Amino acid sequence: MAFVSGLRCRECSREYPAEALNVCDFCFGPLEVVYDYATIAEVVSRDRIAAGPLSIWRYQDLLPASGEDPVDIMAGYTPLLKAKNLGKRLGLNNLYVKNDSVNPSYSFKDRVVSVAATKALEFGFETIACASTGNLACSVAAHAARAGMRSVVFIPSDLERGKVIGAAVYGPTMVAVDGTYDEVNRLCSEVGDNYPWAFVNINMRPYYAEGSKTLGYEVAEQLGWRIPDHVVIPSASGAMFTKIWKGFNELACLGLLEGVPPLTFGADQNTVHHPAITTRMHMTQAEGCAPIVNAWAAGQSQVRPVRPDSIAKSLAIGNPADGIYALRVIKESGGSAYAVPESEVVAGIKLLAETEGIFTETAGGVTVSGLKHLAESGAIGPDQLTVAYITGNGLKTQEAVEDVVNPLTVKPTMSSFEEALEGRVGIRS
Amino acid sequence: MGRQRVKFTFEGELVKEPIIYMLGRDFHLVTNIRRADVGESIGWVVLELDGEKEEIERGLQWVSSTGVRVDPVSGDVVQG
Repeated sequence: MAFVSGLRCRECSREYPAEALNVCDFCFGPLEVVYDYATIAEVVSRDRIAAGPLSIWRYQDLLPASGEDPVDIMAGYTPLLKAKNLGKRLGLNNLYVKNDSVNPSYSFKDRVVSVAATKALEFGFETIACASTGNLACSVAAHAARAGMRSVVFIPSDLERGKVIGAAVYGPTMVAVDGTYDEVNRLCSEVGDNYPWAFVNINMRPYYAEGSKTLGYEVAEQLGWRIPDHVVIPSASGAMFTKIWKGFNELACLGLLEGVPPLTFGADQNTVHHPAITTRMHMTQAEGCAPIVNAWAAGQSQVRPVRPDSIAKSLAIGNPADGIYALRVIKESGGSAYAVPESEVVAGIKLLAETEGIFTETAGGVTVSGLKHLAESGAIGPDQLTVAYITGNGLKTQEAVEDVVNPLTVKPTMSSFEEALEGRVGIRS
Repeated sequence: MGRQRVKFTFEGELVKEPIIYMLGRDFHLVTNIRRADVGESIGWVVLELDGEKEEIERGLQWVSSTGVRVDPVSGDVVQG
């Protein structure tokens, strides 16, 4: 069972029952899940987690949907690799990469969608929906297939063919919207308000967003129930960024981290900060869509929306719902925010591929180039424990790195082969 | 009849314009402000609009044409 007491508005603190709601009726502020942490503390333990499935559902006591029969395509429990080669290149001796690009539909979205789909079934929905430029559409369609639900995915009409096929193969009803980015947003918001569907980031959003906490839990568990000194995270809406922070703090408050005494959560569970959580939270966005970074750089508490114009389309959210909350986390954690120049996004993809054998999408390129900046600027010390989050797979954005294809073209003879080889890499037989 | 929740963001000189008053007057909409933060050079207002569906649509098109940004209340819906 899920230990959820209800929902609460982040702005005015009004409380609501745990239903398919995302906005406060009074002030239109966002609603967040409220947990019964007293009961969770009696139940949860490291042993209970370790005995759970090798997916996000091993943390079911800390998720807002029942883990008894979840919609599970085995999202999560992805590798945390010691990145020796990349670390050597950047002068970081204690660098890890959380490789979330190997989730079942090839992005971290499987974590949030698994929770949203499970909750949607609990609520009795028959249809699950989303609006997406790629990763989310794939994940929603895949989970709907697993759950036997109908899925409706809205995509921009000019979306790349590869991404369209990656979602369409699971059999959703696909709606290609012909309009500007802002028009697509407004239409989908209106559809979400008018159809009895579980729209994952509208009426399911409070539950959906909680799935990202597992990115914090897993890293801590894989490090032996410790937290890193630094994390580097790519951001779009800012939700994942705030939830990783929340995940670290929940583990600390529940006494699950090594050598850390438990602490009460206080009235506002979503802003709890255990003093033992000293991880510095570093946000990276691509320069062509960096509303949160811009606000941080200008010292503003409000986020000014932008019109996205970035190669990193999976991060292209011009009006980020959790922007102001992400700014608070950066400040509270002593972290930073950095906008990666568009020209360096692909360099980040190639650097990770060439050093660690991991092919990430453009969002991962933003992470790696942001990490490089942090290392070079001295913000991260050489021996500090650092985790870089890689959230999507390079097969989704192959067009970004098409220039890497430059094979040796030879005639089917040894002499032709050896001549070409010597010309390219100076190797003689 | 229809009802829609939206967020307007005003920048620069637009902060001084009575956009919400004109929206109500010219498109026969009831405007109900729930949250706002207006400064000298930027401001936002979260509000609910009540009226004929076609008028809400026409009204929002007019607001956009003035340069005011119109967004869903809960931020961008389209995700990566």
